[in-house]
Amino acid sequence: MPSDRLSLWQLIARAGLPPGRFIEESGGRVAWRDFAAGSSLDVDAAALAAVALDGLVRRIVFCPPDFPEAQLPAAIADAGVDFLLHDGTVAVPAGLPAGRCGTTLTPAPVRPAGTEDTEWVLFTSGTTGRPKMLIHTLPGLTGPLDDGMAVAAGAVWSTFYDIRRYGGLQILLRACLGGGSMVLSDARESLAAFLARAGRSGVTHISGTPSHWRRALMSPAAGAMAPSYVRLSGEVADQAILNNLKLAYPGAAVAHAFASTEAGVAFDVRDGLAGFPASLLAPGGKIDMRVEDGSLRIRSSRVAVRYIGAQAPALADADGYVDTGDMVELRDGRYFFVGRREGIINVGGQKVHPEEVEAVVNAHPGVRMSRVRGRANPITGAIVAADVVLSPGYEVEAVAAEVLAACRERLPVYKVPALVNAVEALDLGAAGKLSRRA
Amino acid sequence: MILQDSQGTRMDVRAVIIEQIEKVAKQQQKTLLPLTDDLPLLESGLDSLCLAVIVAVLDDRLGLDPFSGESEAPFPKTVGAFISLYENAV
Repeated sequence: MPSDRLSLWQLIARAGLPPGRFIEESGGRVAWRDFAAGSSLDVDAAALAAVALDGLVRRIVFCPPDFPEAQLPAAIADAGVDFLLHDGTVAVPAGLPAGRCGTTLTPAPVRPAGTEDTEWVLFTSGTTGRPKMLIHTLPGLTGPLDDGMAVAAGAVWSTFYDIRRYGGLQILLRACLGGGSMVLSDARESLAAFLARAGRSGVTHISGTPSHWRRALMSPAAGAMAPSYVRLSGEVADQAILNNLKLAYPGAAVAHAFASTEAGVAFDVRDGLAGFPASLLAPGGKIDMRVEDGSLRIRSSRVAVRYIGAQAPALADADGYVDTGDMVELRDGRYFFVGRREGIINVGGQKVHPEEVEAVVNAHPGVRMSRVRGRANPITGAIVAADVVLSPGYEVEAVAAEVLAACRERLPVYKVPALVNAVEALDLGAAGKLSRRA
Repeated sequence: MILQDSQGTRMDVRAVIIEQIEKVAKQQQKTLLPLTDDLPLLESGLDSLCLAVIVAVLDDRLGLDPFSGESEAPFPKTVGAFISLYENAV
């Protein structure tokens, strides 16, 4: 069991593995890997390694706990990895220097002269395709943001994200730099146990995807914590989840942020409403944003540097804007996220974003969570189908009829689900996003 | 043609299809002509989205999708041919 509160200083004080040793062996670059299936200390060790290695190595590649082992050799080759730091559960490729993560790690007190800035390499968290590696820098990851999370010391942070992913690393770094402490989540711990632990630890600031939060609110343990700041990112935050979080945590500021591994943290929205004001696109803001071909493009000091890999695509356009692939629509002075470009369902040539339908479905009190997907169809190529997780005490027939009535009222006919299925649960991918299979 | 589903419920295929056509037409506010076997599907009042929905629902209710196989049979042109396709797939 990790201790309930881990301050950066505690993490450093726990240290023991002398970084000098494997730095010398590695020739400068280190890949670090551990598995959530290993000991509970792995998550702590990940934080320790990040703290200890920055400034000492040229590049740190963070492998998330679900990283497919079959992809390890390609990642090692693409990233030029010289040393594999692991937890003992991984088959180390022949010829690659490697060492076990200790439960402790001592950061070097002084950064050696002549060392380069460390590149922080993170895997993308997309719900489709093979993950890509992206280079970030520490200044880019920690750049100042006036986004409501820059709070006074004494904050107790937590996140549903793994800290080896962008969303989790953000929280870890903020906890480190802000002098607060952090409650680390553990993939093997039940949601209820984690929520209870967060409550016992007095978590004040906590983040996750809308899907993480929908699951959390289904848990009887949701009331075990009383955060003052609740943050959503990584997926479209619809009005239903924002309202439900406000109800569940009346004392909390509920904010949804736009952030991705590619584009970094761009902005957050604190008015409790879905979407974001079009005024954020006005020139002179902290970051540059524009909408082109329907998708949001972002340029800021927080975007990643570039992709790694032989056939890596360009991250940004000629002007330095990263295409987020998130499609937006302007309605009454506010932009709303309608979905991912690659997630479009084509119904007889008309395009449907699953997320825009989910936003309507989720507004029904009998629906805890939903996934809208395309279903192959011989007439129109595809039609829209909805899988819903029902709230306790609701019957599928009644909910389906009312959900469909609401959809018919608010959506064009081709976006209305042809089928509504009740399901026990919906899978979340490793990055906490709803799994969407083609 | 009577079909028995996995729960042992017996269903008349023709009746289920007619019921579904009428239900979808009502949902999508289409005015149906009287459903006879000779009625051309695309003149029945159903548009292609209605037909797409009907095919999907029938797949779930009857466990039949006569369009999914290898056969390259042309899409049925009349209500009767549409129903026959399902009856022949049982």
